[in-house]
Amino acid sequence: MNRAVWLWGILFALWLVLSWHFTTLLLTFGVATCVIAVWVAVRMGTLDRESVPVHLILRAFAYVPWLVWEIFRSNVRVARLILAPRLRVDPSIVHFFASQRTDLGRFIYANSITLTPGTVTTGIVGDDFEVHAIVQSEIDGSEENDMNRRVTWLEGEAAP
Amino acid sequence: MMFVVTSAALLVGMGLVMCRALLGPTAYDRVLALNNIGTKTVVLIAVLGFLNGRPEFLDLALAYALINFIGTIAVLKYIEYGDLGAGSRPDGAVPEGFRPGARSDGSLRDRGTT
Amino acid sequence: MMEQAATALSWALLLGGAFFLLTGSLGMVRLPDVFTRMHAAGMTDTMGAGMILVGLAVYNGADLVTVRLLLILAFLWFTSPIATHAVAKAALSGGLRPYTLGAGDGDAAGDGADRAEGGLPS
Repeated sequence: MNRAVWLWGILFALWLVLSWHFTTLLLTFGVATCVIAVWVAVRMGTLDRESVPVHLILRAFAYVPWLVWEIFRSNVRVARLILAPRLRVDPSIVHFFASQRTDLGRFIYANSITLTPGTVTTGIVGDDFEVHAIVQSEIDGSEENDMNRRVTWLEGEAAP
Repeated sequence: MMFVVTSAALLVGMGLVMCRALLGPTAYDRVLALNNIGTKTVVLIAVLGFLNGRPEFLDLALAYALINFIGTIAVLKYIEYGDLGAGSRPDGAVPEGFRPGARSDGSLRDRGTT
Repeated sequence: MMEQAATALSWALLLGGAFFLLTGSLGMVRLPDVFTRMHAAGMTDTMGAGMILVGLAVYNGADLVTVRLLLILAFLWFTSPIATHAVAKAALSGGLRPYTLGAGDGDAAGDGADRAEGGLPS
């Protein structure tokens, strides 16, 4: 129930940002549309910790800036690689272990890996991540361990 | 002035990526290049909105971002299954191309250090 | 004074974004196979688009347009890794094997066309 209210609030905020007309007619349409959308989501049974992960919001404020900084660092690294007169790519597939307990946590970790250029998640089976790295020798696992630890922290307590 | 420079950079980048879309040896190169051109188009629409002083263009950029994502996924699904209505794999199935377990060389699958 | 600082900051962000964007596009042309090109595509999607959109937001100041710019940015950053992962998974299940140094003649600047075996007809 709580999640339904959250979803409605988020959807209505989106409606307001995209519309920004405060006439009675349009506001009524907005409220009705969001109620119908939430009702459909409840009926489909898709309203759970995965689809509306509001319990992550507070910790995400700490995680996202770190992720942006990490993205910037690896961008600079890949840019230097591309701009070098002679390409020094040494691509390889490596495997990582993910310590997250929920699918949502694994999803966040896989997307974080893919968002940082230089590593792309190509497959996940259970807690085994198959990652394509553009320069094998620069991947020593320490940065990914760091990210893995932070995503596990972001994920918080395991789902009941 | 700065919007003109940014638009020019975007157009040059789109030209380069278009070369890859035309050359690309496999279909996946072309899909990747088209997705990339779509992302650049989103940014270009936003910059052009500021260049013309009409920020309403941002709504178009948002819609284009949605269409670009859905289009890429649809094309890839069609390439992979040959059918847009194909269901997904059953849970726990190992995707094709995935080699489970650690490779003997360059493996970083270290459970102990986390 | 504040205005000049904002203008300078947005100049820097737009130029930085343009730099990453052009570098990523160059990488799309230079790198040897589709898996390595994905890293270059990721560069344009993350820092290229991100810095340009944040630069526009800084130029614009705090109002509704900025909120929409950040919405577009959030949407791009949510979808781009999913699209990249979809390309990688489709390429792997289509039979493409990643380019590696050891397998070739050691020249990473080859165009990779010779290892497209098993892929779809281009």
